[in-house]
Amino acid sequence: MKRLLDLELQKLLQNKTSKVLIIISFILPFFVILLSSFKINFFGLFTIELGEHGIFNFPIIWHITTFFAAFFKIFFAVVVVSMIGNEYSNKTLKQNLIDGLSKKEFILSKFYTIVFFSLVSTLLIFLITLCIGLYYSSIDEVGIIFKGSEFILAYFVKLVGFFSLCLFFGMLLKRSAFALAFLFIEWIFEWIVFWGAYEILDGTEQAQKVKDLMPLESMSNLINQPIQRIIMNMNPDKENFVYDYAVHWYEIVIVLIWTAIFIFLSYRLLKKRDL
Amino acid sequence: MEPILSIDNLTKKFGYLTAVNNLSFTINKGNVYGILGSNGSRKSNTLGIVLNVVNKTSGDFKWFDGSVSTHDALKKVGAIIERPNFYPYMSAYNNLKLVCKIKGVPFEKIDEKLELVGLHERKDSNFSTFSLGMKQRLAIASALLNDPEILILDEPTNGLDPQGIHQIRTLIKKIASNGTTILLASHLLDEVEKVCSHVVVLRKGVKLYSGRVDEMVSSHGFFELRSSNSSELISLLENHSAFGKINEFDGLVTAFLDAPLDASEFNKMLFDKGIVLSHLVKRKPSLEEQFLQLTDHN
Repeated sequence: MKRLLDLELQKLLQNKTSKVLIIISFILPFFVILLSSFKINFFGLFTIELGEHGIFNFPIIWHITTFFAAFFKIFFAVVVVSMIGNEYSNKTLKQNLIDGLSKKEFILSKFYTIVFFSLVSTLLIFLITLCIGLYYSSIDEVGIIFKGSEFILAYFVKLVGFFSLCLFFGMLLKRSAFALAFLFIEWIFEWIVFWGAYEILDGTEQAQKVKDLMPLESMSNLINQPIQRIIMNMNPDKENFVYDYAVHWYEIVIVLIWTAIFIFLSYRLLKKRDL
Repeated sequence: MEPILSIDNLTKKFGYLTAVNNLSFTINKGNVYGILGSNGSRKSNTLGIVLNVVNKTSGDFKWFDGSVSTHDALKKVGAIIERPNFYPYMSAYNNLKLVCKIKGVPFEKIDEKLELVGLHERKDSNFSTFSLGMKQRLAIASALLNDPEILILDEPTNGLDPQGIHQIRTLIKKIASNGTTILLASHLLDEVEKVCSHVVVLRKGVKLYSGRVDEMVSSHGFFELRSSNSSELISLLENHSAFGKINEFDGLVTAFLDAPLDASEFNKMLFDKGIVLSHLVKRKPSLEEQFLQLTDHN
């Protein structure tokens, strides 16, 4: 496992473009969260302090940081599709296999890399959230601090799932740009499924349940948008803002199943293909 | 003899097209083998199958004694097929480092092999800055990293200038002299003739011949004859049991032997029968002629 990870890290980190994108995908969310937690004074005209609204308090901060940090996954998604696309265009995939790497090891080395970077990203988000949260909250009871930290797990699963999808599209289409375009097509496809289900099952709620099973939708369900929760927190008396934002175990299971399917399909695809 | 690669009734179909048809041959340790065939004779497809990048349709092949999986066996094999494939943004040294990691070879080998192919002073240059000849030499260095039991080269001199071709051939001979088994796929006859001891001839995925280069056509050679009385000469040759095919072109008679016949004995016999020759040459066909004979008549 270490050997396979080592292989892929060498391929990625010696490529300038990949290196820059990887750094951006880690540093950018880190800074955005960090900066937004500061009290910003606009030339003495007015000040913005997001912390005032209580969004940096435990437990809601776990939800907020993971939700916004997840947007930056697109940078690493580009790295994932290009790490497959480059292997095809440089024909190094073929050379790797001739040199004695098995097709299974090839896919695994990509998958381990995905897990590795998701883990690093999750760890960074965990640390920054903990620091900002501790700064803003007066709570020092461990139980309350880590209440809601299941969003960190959801964040990790979400990243691994999304990058596995990118890996599969990369393997399927061999070209990075096509793979990224396919992500958009997948998104449209899920809406078509929603519409189809709506026609057949005759109900938005049922159709949504079908759509919840689709890859992109299931990943976005892991961490629901936190805006409504912020408003809900600010207006505790209004009940029409109440919604289900929790991370459910079945949401995690659906994404994990998709992850397994994508990795398996990538392997099958490579195994069947003549290079 | 110790077999390194045994191919048994290997077949590859692309849809309706049969690319490799029921191919069987064995590569033994210590020999230099050539796979000879014109463009499209499916040399690369055949190599692709045994190198784990093309899936076979039926048949079987095994590396060494067949006890290890193909990808593990490939760690003891060095191969370059078609074009040198490396990561363009990495230096020569780092590209080889990656290969070392795949094959499980210590990094100390890198400098040794770069020295061997004469790329040591360029080891920190990016692969993308290399000329084709340098890329090909780097590919050979990469294939040699694990001190392979067999080195597989597919058209190693393709697209190179005369100096490049010469460098590569010298390198191959040097490697062969160290006792490494070599399998060289080529459409260049003189390349195979100069380097190989054994040859497999392919045509459209079908094996036409496999065996020693010098035994490729079980021919007894042929005579080139010229005489002022060529019609009598031809009728005499036609009635002689030792001769098969007889051609005449521009007064030059070419008579192929079906049985061994000594030149001086033949000359004496003709003289006794009153035919005087102005030209007599006994020759064995060149590899090129043998190759064309093999590929044309089948």
